[in-house]
Amino acid sequence: MFYREAGDFSTTYPQDSQTFPIKFDRYRYYVVLAVAFGIIPFIINDYWANAVMVPFLIYAIAAIGLNILTGYCGQVSLGTGAFMAVGAYSCYKLMTAFPEISMLIHIPLAGLVTAAVVTLFGLPSLRIKGFYLAVATLAAQFFLVWLFNKVPWFYNYSASGQISAPERSVFGIIITGPNTEAWAKYLICLVFVTICAIIARNLTRGSVGRRWMAIRDMDIAAEIIGVNPMSAKLTAFMVSGFFVGISGALFFAVYLGAAEVGESFGIDKSFLVLFMIIIGGLGSIFGSFAGAAFMVLLPVFLKNVLVGGLGWPTDLAAHLQLVIVGGLIVAFLIVEPHGLAQLWRLAKEKLRLWPFPH
Amino acid sequence: MKLTTMTIAAVMAASPVMADLVFPSLSYRTGPYAANGIPFADGYEDYFTLLNERDGGIGGVPARVIECETGYNTEKGVECYEATKGEGALIYQPLSTGITYQLIPKVTADGIPMHTMGYGRTSAKNGEVFSNVFNYPANYWDGASHAINHIQSLGDISGKKIALVYHNSAYGKEPIRTLEELSKKHDFELMLVPVDHPGQEQKSQWLQIRREKPDNVIMYGWGVMNQVAIQEAANIRYPMENFIGIWWSGSENDVLPAGDKANGYKALTFHNVGDDYPIFDDLRKYVVDAGKAAGAGDQVGTALYNRGMYAAMLAAEATKTAQSIHGVSDITPAMMRDGMEALEITEAKMAEIGLPGFGPEFKVSCENHGGNGLGAVAQWDASASEWKLITGFEGSDQEVVQKLIEEDSAAFAAESGIEAGCS
Repeated sequence: MFYREAGDFSTTYPQDSQTFPIKFDRYRYYVVLAVAFGIIPFIINDYWANAVMVPFLIYAIAAIGLNILTGYCGQVSLGTGAFMAVGAYSCYKLMTAFPEISMLIHIPLAGLVTAAVVTLFGLPSLRIKGFYLAVATLAAQFFLVWLFNKVPWFYNYSASGQISAPERSVFGIIITGPNTEAWAKYLICLVFVTICAIIARNLTRGSVGRRWMAIRDMDIAAEIIGVNPMSAKLTAFMVSGFFVGISGALFFAVYLGAAEVGESFGIDKSFLVLFMIIIGGLGSIFGSFAGAAFMVLLPVFLKNVLVGGLGWPTDLAAHLQLVIVGGLIVAFLIVEPHGLAQLWRLAKEKLRLWPFPH
Repeated sequence: MKLTTMTIAAVMAASPVMADLVFPSLSYRTGPYAANGIPFADGYEDYFTLLNERDGGIGGVPARVIECETGYNTEKGVECYEATKGEGALIYQPLSTGITYQLIPKVTADGIPMHTMGYGRTSAKNGEVFSNVFNYPANYWDGASHAINHIQSLGDISGKKIALVYHNSAYGKEPIRTLEELSKKHDFELMLVPVDHPGQEQKSQWLQIRREKPDNVIMYGWGVMNQVAIQEAANIRYPMENFIGIWWSGSENDVLPAGDKANGYKALTFHNVGDDYPIFDDLRKYVVDAGKAAGAGDQVGTALYNRGMYAAMLAAEATKTAQSIHGVSDITPAMMRDGMEALEITEAKMAEIGLPGFGPEFKVSCENHGGNGLGAVAQWDASASEWKLITGFEGSDQEVVQKLIEEDSAAFAAESGIEAGCS
């Protein structure tokens, strides 16, 4: 009834090629932005920021990054955790070496450094595919973690091998360090998420994204129709690395404040982000958000219900939580292999016909 | 009228605004570190249960323990901190060096004290820089020095080769600098053998030890890493009496899997071992037999259970000190901090609690948040299945340790812009 193309006429080309061609979608998008920017910062508290919103936003960026590589370009990566570490460590080195330069410059710079590193590790993808590429990125995961542990220069020779974010501010508002207000943390992440999502969305709709998808669907056919596999694959690694690097930088500087590479950026992190895009939906920006929300919110929700609500022992709840999350992942893969994004797509299809399905 | 009174009475009975003292327990009963996390958490909780059941709380105010599962994971630890700090949490004891590093800036900003007993950031001993962090009665660097002192007491150390098998994290890396200084001072060779989290696979590390044949092995391990290391040491027939673990590598759960082969393994400790203390009678009477024990209730008297109980005891004593300083029983975290800074543990106090001679005597001050750093060596007797102290409580090489603490805390103060000093 409300959700339909009918009556929504495009009179110019920009109107025709806009991100959300359906009016209802467009307004929904504006409402989400208005709530996210205009209402949540005023009501958010420490717990909601640190336990829910900030990790959700940061993982959403990482999931977008991995989705570009795996979902759009079809190159499996198990090195996301280590690539986030590259972002975190380059951000740390930059923010301690140039304290006077704004974090708004350091974080994208950390993204660029990560993009370069990821492109380097993407080079084998020109020769190897599928499982073999996964193993090559797995090697990157272990190599980078080992490197950050081994070379003291990366952690400024601190005795514990930890990196900790000093206090930095943007326009006079503290955004890193312990004195950060909850809303400042949330907003800085939100700004980066919004920009990243808009860039990713437009890249995937454009010629670059179409080249990625051509490579994903069948690389030989893509090459025959004139897609250069080298540039397509390497741009995917580069763009993916940029987003993952930004998420790593925010993860360390804004969310954790102090990090240790083996624990914060280990192989579990790579799998966590991979689960996010599988559950959320491969090849979908919305899916990246949905997957990140699912994987961040579900454990917190279950913990609050089981321990806080029902008063169960913490160990029982923690074990049950693993069972439930694992079970849901399996259930999703069986019932809806295309993830939450596909459910959303189906819902939209149904909405177009509602209330008169025929 | 009657109805109103009844309503008020009902509300009064049901309302949770009754004063209580909140002690969050950031525990881990799951994951690769659970074997060590469970006894500590049980001991911590049981002691407060005992105080509630026997004395009606601390200074008349009941203690409430909120347990939150961290899985030894820093992200979950931060979530637990944020979730519990609003409840009026008086003190945090995360039992994880990684989480400690996360929480040091946060607790300082929020004005809540944190006690990292024998772990955490060693330089927090300098209370002029770390106003809200305490690590009495001993720290990692004291531990490193104790181990070297013990080796020295058994024979000349110069020219020996000593291996450090450590958890490759902030925790395991802590003693390296101290050991490097000590190796210069006493002229021994230090060999570093890192073990990555979680430490279930240590074949290559022990192969290296077998090849290089160090005279002594010092271990900074935790969780499953301890059991595996002791088992592997037994497999390569490394002489157990030359193998010394830090106090976190010295629980029953670490040595029992290796059976008789673990006989003679040594571990440091900063408090006494065993359950031959009057307080355990009370614990059995009021807590275990009453069915109020935390967890399965089967850990009473083990090394880590005792440590958890000791941590709870120190927190309770600091609470009492805070109550007497400020003259209120329902204290705030800021008052708790004052109480911890004025804490004095004497033999008489410990005897009164039912733990005579259990730990060292010490006095906390603003300059010294770390106690005196006394430690002893315990040895595992596999046939009797118990730890036995083989030395008395001795001091560490303060000449080396204190200098490093000043260096590291000054670096931290400069890095985070803290004005050092006592108010």
